[in-house]
Amino acid sequence: MRVKVRLFARLREIVGSAEIERDVPPGATLAVVWDQLAADFPALAPYRGSISAAVNADYARLQAPVGDGDEVAFLPPVSGG
Amino acid sequence: MQRLQIMAAPLSLDALTTVVVESTDGPVGGVSSFLGLVRGENLGRRVRFLEYEAYDALALKVLARIEQEARAQWPSATVGIHHRTGRVEIGEASIAIVAASAHRADAFAVCRYAIERVKQILPVWKHEHFDDGETWVEGATADPDDEAARQEARRRACA
Repeated sequence: MRVKVRLFARLREIVGSAEIERDVPPGATLAVVWDQLAADFPALAPYRGSISAAVNADYARLQAPVGDGDEVAFLPPVSGG
Repeated sequence: MQRLQIMAAPLSLDALTTVVVESTDGPVGGVSSFLGLVRGENLGRRVRFLEYEAYDALALKVLARIEQEARAQWPSATVGIHHRTGRVEIGEASIAIVAASAHRADAFAVCRYAIERVKQILPVWKHEHFDDGETWVEGATADPDDEAARQEARRRACA
């Protein structure tokens, strides 16, 4: 199945795009999507312990499953205000 | 104008105050506000300007969540939060928060609670530009369900 992955701030710069399509195996969790992405972009790897994630613009745990067509987002630590 | 907004245009505390006061159901006896400004220096380096990036769709939901949390704790208060995106110059406002309530204590508390929660969970990122480089500021790992973080925000609000 296919998901849209949105990336922000430093993660966006590492990947070189704010939004990419990714093929992931059926039943994949957010963690699987992230690990596949980090395998292709090794500079992402150090963020594994500090990212947050979202599915369809709602915060979600990395253990959460993703579905075909979902918008997945990975967020580095936030710094608003 | 909405009370909760992520916006590229310059912020107006006056406009936000008006909309918050007008949308408060009960009597308003106090208004507290916070304006966060872009500082021209951070950790000893001169900052030229900042750029803010947001995940807009999620950020709006998070602002609504912060509003709900504040309302659960301080039911008589109304809050408005406007966060700027894009390039923001030194001295300009990056965030405006207004809280209105029947009494001053709740207005102060809600205003402080809101900025603490923004720092913890709002999906917005600050890109600092210096004379000789740039860096993304990375603060808190956002976890809206982290009860300890929420308690800490509440503690600071009531200090």
